[in-house]
Amino acid sequence: MSAKNILVLGAVSAIAQAYARQRAPSGARFLLVGRDAARLAPIASDLVARGAAGADTAVADLAETDAIETRLAEWRQNFGAPDEVLIAYGALGDQAESEKNLDIARKAIEVGFTSVAMWVLALLKARAPDAPLTLAVIGSVAGDRGRASNFVYGAAKGGLDRFLEGVTHANAGTPVHVVTVKPGFVDTPMTDGLPKGPLFASPDRVAADIVSAIEKRRRVVYTPWFWFVIMTIIRHLPWFVFRRMKI
Amino acid sequence: MTTQASKLSEVSKLSDVSSWGRRGRVPHHVLRPSFLDDATAAVADATAALEGDGPPLLAFGLGRSYGDVCLNANGRLLVTDRLDRLQHFDASAGVVRAEAGLSLDHLLRVIVPRGWFLPVTPGTKFVTLGGAVANDVHGKNHEHAGSFGVHVRRLGLFRSTGETLTLSREENAELFAATVGGLGLTGLITWVELDLAPIKSSRLETETIDIPDLDGFFRIAEETSRAGEAWPFTVAWVDCLASGSGLGRGLFMRSRFVPEGGLAVHRDPKITVPLDAPGFLLNGLTMRAFNGLYRNRPFARGRKVQHYDPVFYPLDAIGGWNRLYGKRGFYQHQSVIPFPQARDTVKRLLETTAAAGQGSFLSVLKLMGDRASSGLLSFPRAGATLALDFPDKGEATRGLLLRLAEIVLEAGGRLYPAKDAVMTPEMFRAGYPDWQKVAALRDPRIRSDFWRRVTGEPA
Ligand SMILES: Cc1cc2nc3c(=O)[nH]c(=O)nc-3n(C[C@H](O)[C@H](O)[C@H](O)COP(=O)(O)OP(=O)(O)OC[C@H]3O[C@@H](n4cnc5c(N)ncnc54)[C@H](O)[C@@H]3O)c2cc1C
Ligand SMILES: NC(=O)c1ccc[n+]([C@@H]2O[C@H](COP(=O)([O-])OP(=O)(O)OC[C@H]3O[C@@H](n4cnc5c(N)ncnc54)[C@H](OP(=O)(O)O)[C@@H]3O)[C@@H](O)[C@H]2O)c1
Repeated sequence: MSAKNILVLGAVSAIAQAYARQRAPSGARFLLVGRDAARLAPIASDLVARGAAGADTAVADLAETDAIETRLAEWRQNFGAPDEVLIAYGALGDQAESEKNLDIARKAIEVGFTSVAMWVLALLKARAPDAPLTLAVIGSVAGDRGRASNFVYGAAKGGLDRFLEGVTHANAGTPVHVVTVKPGFVDTPMTDGLPKGPLFASPDRVAADIVSAIEKRRRVVYTPWFWFVIMTIIRHLPWFVFRRMKI
Repeated sequence: MTTQASKLSEVSKLSDVSSWGRRGRVPHHVLRPSFLDDATAAVADATAALEGDGPPLLAFGLGRSYGDVCLNANGRLLVTDRLDRLQHFDASAGVVRAEAGLSLDHLLRVIVPRGWFLPVTPGTKFVTLGGAVANDVHGKNHEHAGSFGVHVRRLGLFRSTGETLTLSREENAELFAATVGGLGLTGLITWVELDLAPIKSSRLETETIDIPDLDGFFRIAEETSRAGEAWPFTVAWVDCLASGSGLGRGLFMRSRFVPEGGLAVHRDPKITVPLDAPGFLLNGLTMRAFNGLYRNRPFARGRKVQHYDPVFYPLDAIGGWNRLYGKRGFYQHQSVIPFPQARDTVKRLLETTAAAGQGSFLSVLKLMGDRASSGLLSFPRAGATLALDFPDKGEATRGLLLRLAEIVLEAGGRLYPAKDAVMTPEMFRAGYPDWQKVAALRDPRIRSDFWRRVTGEPA
């Protein structure tokens, strides 16, 4: 197969950087999208040094849903149609603040759910008939059950999970492959405010799981795998036990 | 002052950090920037905010130094592991430029498939480019290739004064000489440009030869050096529990890359030590058993062809092996002794160690050549270098280390700062006569526990 065109939405994310590095030696061409040009430039040079055939950059606030279709059309002109897309941008948000200030809650839902769903719809709409398309979207184990400590973020990620399940269903039998990635704790700037323990995985590890899930055409991947076990238990805890837990 | 202190706690977290020897964990304000502009801003900002009494700063790579060169108790530690991007790789000329937090582990994954190798590598691949420059590390090919710094073309340095500099043998040559082997004291190394060594395959042929005693080592080592590049990589493992006529017995290993076998890269470590081993695990008995087994292991002698990973990085196969020394941690002694005195001095060092009954697990002996980098504080010099490790048993261990250090100094040798935890200011000055030149070029906002210890400067 010829080298792929890969679009990365949220290319500055630590997980996205690790993923792109693993893809680069195959000679892929990248379009890296993020909010800060000064950050995208060194990431692009890194990928080229690692064997990427090219790495273009584009600056965008990805939560601006109004601009999605025009941006996609513009990139399609300059970069071509993507074969593979990683949607990685996101923010952990602040649960306590979201309960006090509804603007903050709405932003969190827009970043974590609404805008992502719009990007997915727009990418599918723009796809040429019969063109293969792989969409890897980063959700979270936090979406598997609503919890007191971060249910706004969790609900956005959980909604995304349902949404992508539907997209997969709707595209069964087409060359569209959607994989929902559900990381546990990952050692990235997003979690620098938390005390880091042995449950934290490296971005490299998570990226390797994303690549293998794409290659194996999985629908959902927990990464590292043991989060599947942890979340199965948490999802099945009876309510009278769960309600007492401080998580 | 209170506002400044709270500003600091906003930008960084107070966490306990230890070096590879794991003798105690000390609190640091840890900063972990993801981009060079954040890193330099952290250096500049914190300087502005903390002018005067604020805690000084130090860069920290992967913490593979055993002692205190990478520690700065109660000060700021700028951890560089996220500054790991390649900036440019010319795969036809074999020149690579990358951010200073890139590990040799990751660099190898990029360069090996394209037919290049590190010009010099230490015994672990889990070190950063910045750390390799700051300690001007050496490898098994020191006699031919010299130290890491010899192969550094240029590097970027950011100083707390706000200067962004490019250093090389031509440009800012003085600061280049102070930064190579400069223990991180001259500023934050932001990027490194390195000449690579060509390889045809990622496999090496290794010949392992019995050495009955210390004379046996010098005989075969000198013979191998005279043979030039035939065997560029050499090292000997010495059974430090042997004494009397068997003193210095061990195995001499020499290797060279072979032309066939493909350009496969290494894999991730297979085993990780999850917990501190109980203190009694590494005692006289296990040490004896280990040294005996190592020496007598089947197929040890003769020639074989292997991947570079077990040849250069045998300890990397076990993640966190330093935990095997238990909660109290361990010390290393590594010294280099110039040639005329080398043989007799190594003999005295081994005798002293054997007499103290504190034998070391992995005792390593090799010759060093006279190809020098320009580093003012670089450790390597022509002679023999001996490395020993000792579980920390308190005063007895420190006492032994100081005795060993004195023997080294008497012979005109010196200790390796990357491994050291006991050098006194007198020993440092005697071993590193150019230290004042580095002191004069040091970044005023940067300091390490090592520097405080060997210069007696206040915190
Ligand atoms: C198993 C093992 C085998 C080893 N074998 C060898 C060997 O064969 N030969 C040898 O020479 N050494 C050897 N070492 C020692 C090791 O190579 C050095 O200690 C090396 O410098 C560690 O690199 P690091 O990235 O972990 O740096 P650290 O240990 O974190 O820091 C080392 C020094 O570099 C400075 N520094 C780091 N990054 C920067 C930067 N960006 N800018 C400015 N200063 C910086 C720090 O301030 C500190 O002074 C070995 C160590 C281990 C654990
Ligand atoms: N880290 C974890 O433990 C963890 C666990 C589960 C799931 N995840 C998910 O993994 C994904 C990647 O996160 P990460 O861990 O790699 O964290 P990260 O390094 O902090 O990356 C998050 C990135 O999202 C970008 N971003 C946020 N809002 C944006 C917007 N409106 N437009 C454009 N870019 C925006 C940020 O850009 P700026 O740099 O411009 O701010 C940042 O680069 C996220 O979806 C996260 O929810 C992470």
